[in-house]
Amino acid sequence: MSATDKPLLSVRELKKHFPIKGGILGRTQAMVQAVDGVSFDVRAGETLGIVGESGCGKSTTAKLLIGLVDRDEGDIDLDGKSLGRDISLRALRRDIQMVFQDSYASLNPRMTILDSIAFGARVQGLDDPVGRARRLMARVGLDPDRFAGRYPHELSGGQRQRINIARALVMSPKVVVLDEAVSALDKSVEAQVLNLLSDLRAEFGLTYIFISHDLNVVRYISDRILVMYLGEVVELAPVDMIWAEQAHPYTRSLFSAMPSMDPDNRTQKPPLTGDPPNPIDPPPGCRFHTRCAFAADVCKTRHPALGPMVAGSPHWVACHLHDPASGHPRAGQGVPA
Amino acid sequence: MTPLLQIDNLDVRFKGARTVHAINDLSLTLMPGETLALLGESGSGKSVTLKTLLRLLKEKRTDLSGDIRFDGTDIMTLSGRALRSYRGGDVSMVFQDPGLALDPVYTVGQQIAETVMRHKGLSRENAMDVALDMLQRVRIPSPKRRLANYPHELSGGMRQRVMIALALACRPRLLLADEPTTALDATVQIQILLLLRELQREFGMGVIFVTHDIGVAVEISERIAVMYAGQIVEEGTTHEVIRNPRHPYTQGLLAANLHDVARGARLDAIPGAPPSLEVRPDSCSFAPRCPMALPACRQALPPVLTPGPRRRVACLRAGETLAAE
Amino acid sequence: MVQVTTDIPVVPPAQRGYWSGVLSRLKRDPVAMICAVILAALVLSAVFAPWLGLADPYQGSMIARLAAPGTPGHLLGTDEQGRDMLSRLIYGGRLTLFIGLMPVVLAFFIGGTLGIIAGYVGGITNTIIMRVVDVFFAFPSVLLAIAISGALGAGVLNSLVSLTIVFIPPVTRVAEAVTSGVRSLDYIDAARASGANALTVIRVHVIGNVLSPIFVYATSLTSVCMILAAGLSFLGIGVRPPEPEWGLMLNTLRSAIYVNPWLAALPGVMIFATSLCLNLLSDGLRSAMNVRD
Repeated sequence: MSATDKPLLSVRELKKHFPIKGGILGRTQAMVQAVDGVSFDVRAGETLGIVGESGCGKSTTAKLLIGLVDRDEGDIDLDGKSLGRDISLRALRRDIQMVFQDSYASLNPRMTILDSIAFGARVQGLDDPVGRARRLMARVGLDPDRFAGRYPHELSGGQRQRINIARALVMSPKVVVLDEAVSALDKSVEAQVLNLLSDLRAEFGLTYIFISHDLNVVRYISDRILVMYLGEVVELAPVDMIWAEQAHPYTRSLFSAMPSMDPDNRTQKPPLTGDPPNPIDPPPGCRFHTRCAFAADVCKTRHPALGPMVAGSPHWVACHLHDPASGHPRAGQGVPA
Repeated sequence: MTPLLQIDNLDVRFKGARTVHAINDLSLTLMPGETLALLGESGSGKSVTLKTLLRLLKEKRTDLSGDIRFDGTDIMTLSGRALRSYRGGDVSMVFQDPGLALDPVYTVGQQIAETVMRHKGLSRENAMDVALDMLQRVRIPSPKRRLANYPHELSGGMRQRVMIALALACRPRLLLADEPTTALDATVQIQILLLLRELQREFGMGVIFVTHDIGVAVEISERIAVMYAGQIVEEGTTHEVIRNPRHPYTQGLLAANLHDVARGARLDAIPGAPPSLEVRPDSCSFAPRCPMALPACRQALPPVLTPGPRRRVACLRAGETLAAE
Repeated sequence: MVQVTTDIPVVPPAQRGYWSGVLSRLKRDPVAMICAVILAALVLSAVFAPWLGLADPYQGSMIARLAAPGTPGHLLGTDEQGRDMLSRLIYGGRLTLFIGLMPVVLAFFIGGTLGIIAGYVGGITNTIIMRVVDVFFAFPSVLLAIAISGALGAGVLNSLVSLTIVFIPPVTRVAEAVTSGVRSLDYIDAARASGANALTVIRVHVIGNVLSPIFVYATSLTSVCMILAAGLSFLGIGVRPPEPEWGLMLNTLRSAIYVNPWLAALPGVMIFATSLCLNLLSDGLRSAMNVRD
């Protein structure tokens, strides 16, 4: 997050807590802290990868960004304009679009794919919605003459996801949020779609927020990676830096949980035990302390702030191990090998 | 040594509004205690193979031919009691979604005990002891308490452990696993994989592990069979297949794994999509997507080359690289 | 051999519109087609009854009372006042089918709208609509129909009103369930994310996808409605004599059951056959409307 160039998208202290209702009267019994104080910047043309396990809040973050879920607190600024104050949600949605994971569920089964793509352009009152849609179909690799009148169930998963990408681009957005957009595809098709996404990014000068659980994919497509755990950002760094050194113990576990791909040197010990805890009533202090091998007393009580590892570094982490003043016995030494 | 499982020239065809040739001339041998990964993408026939092995396909809507022998017994002829003792006794299965495969109205202990009582004829009390022992073996913390839990009270990883305990409770000689870690988080997936590896060694059973993820296949198996369009296109030890893939499809899959692709570089994607299998392939099914395809590839089924013992590649051009070495 | 030469695999040729697809699938279902033909014949004969050259359904004859079916001049015999049964059954179809179908049509529109609003908007709106619906559900539908009709008094219009009220809650409930299912799908989110307002999203994306399940459910209600309507007339709080209506005819012919059981059964057979046909057609429609298989 360099201060020199102004970010295209800036998110500050984003918060969303979902109530869990229960009992006869439907009273709120607990809160799911789905997203709890998430902040990040994305520069124009950059791709930010967001990784984390189920329940970490990465999908909720995506939906908050385009207002599919109402935020409780926090600011979303696009191009210096604040959502709700300077620009309306409707206007924001012209500039930020989203591609969902399930290629079938994200297309109206009763609508031809041409109509599905053109819908957004019609809604926003852009000129020549059909022409736009046809050009985009051709651009994502589906001949409009052959495919325009087809229905989603007549296409393969890869073709449907191309249509979803075309649909997201029809309003010429600046930012595209890709929520596990390639995860449901077969590996061979995934590679085709990733190539397409790279081409489109270059051609239209797009900015991506790429959410995935697959670290290899995120590494391939992203410039920076943001790691989330239980609704919070625990680490944020340029890809090469995080690949070289995972500063947060959770990030390290996540990386070591990747299959080794080396038949002679298979994984011998799982990096973590148990499942990711529930974001309902998360633990106090550092949320990872219940599973962390290096947790000390301070981790159970004090919440670590997200900040640069060393002053001015683009590698940010939220861990007491990296803060010399935290009071952790190993403070300032980093994560032990 | 008799193979634990021997499949010869298996054909599976689904009838209905559309005919689908799901499995085409598949042959496979599994020795006792071996772990084999069936690697393939959706529609490659890997799950259908598992279902065929357990005779779970609806017979009215399926045409089956070929020979499947489990420890020398032809399983196509099994029926009634023999079939029931084969399923769940000699061979058991772990599914992708334990939330669907476990019965929500019985406790974990009851479900495991029930299976043991049915297959081993133990008393309820002894069966419960077995259930407790199984929960310990799958490393479920405080197993005694967990016996009385219902499936919905457990997390996804715990449920999959219970599913494994249930599958192994009768000490099967063959475990079929259908993408058991696909629905799990990365840090949980690796735990389950390592657990399965350990239990396989402990119980000495054969395992067929169906997956679409090469990384998972490498972690779990000693042998890999790569499936495409209902056929096995390449088979060998994990080391051979990963280090020295011969079939262009295997090579493409490995490249698509992005494990060590330079960031932002153009990916060597396999173009197109798998065939729909409405007709039985009479030439190489992969040829339309293959960068190395020759006219001959489109005219006849590819020869199966066997560059080593229990190693095979169904590709016309695999021979060239062999000759060059 | 499947030839895939480009990036794009061969897919079956584009299909026609959705409804023509439903129709062609329905045509391949023999049971549904037979039922449709029977129903069409019933409706057409009822509508065009005056032009069919039938005997006057109101003209009785003291001599020819309770003639057995097959009597010359009276193909299906005569009723207790000597009126021609064939004529009365066909004319009776007009009222019976009208008060059997109309309440469902009205309930389909009113309940469907309420359910779609409740399902799409959710929250407090949903709670209010659905709790009111629940109150109606507390009463068995027969009892509710009788109670409302009893309070309003006999007559065709009052039967129509009471039956419509009876069928709004079940239609609303189904519409709400289907809509909230569709509401949670990604394509609705995608449409919202394109900046469309709620009305546009409902009009373009929701209605098309919820209409067919609600429609199928409503068609299955028509048989119940017909029986209820006939029941009201049978009890004397529906259609009033001397109007020909199957339920009422069943009531008045009740005493003839010992004299001529075949005759007494005829209106019942009509009710049974019509509701059976409606049910089977509704089943056929359900499978024909299923896009994916």
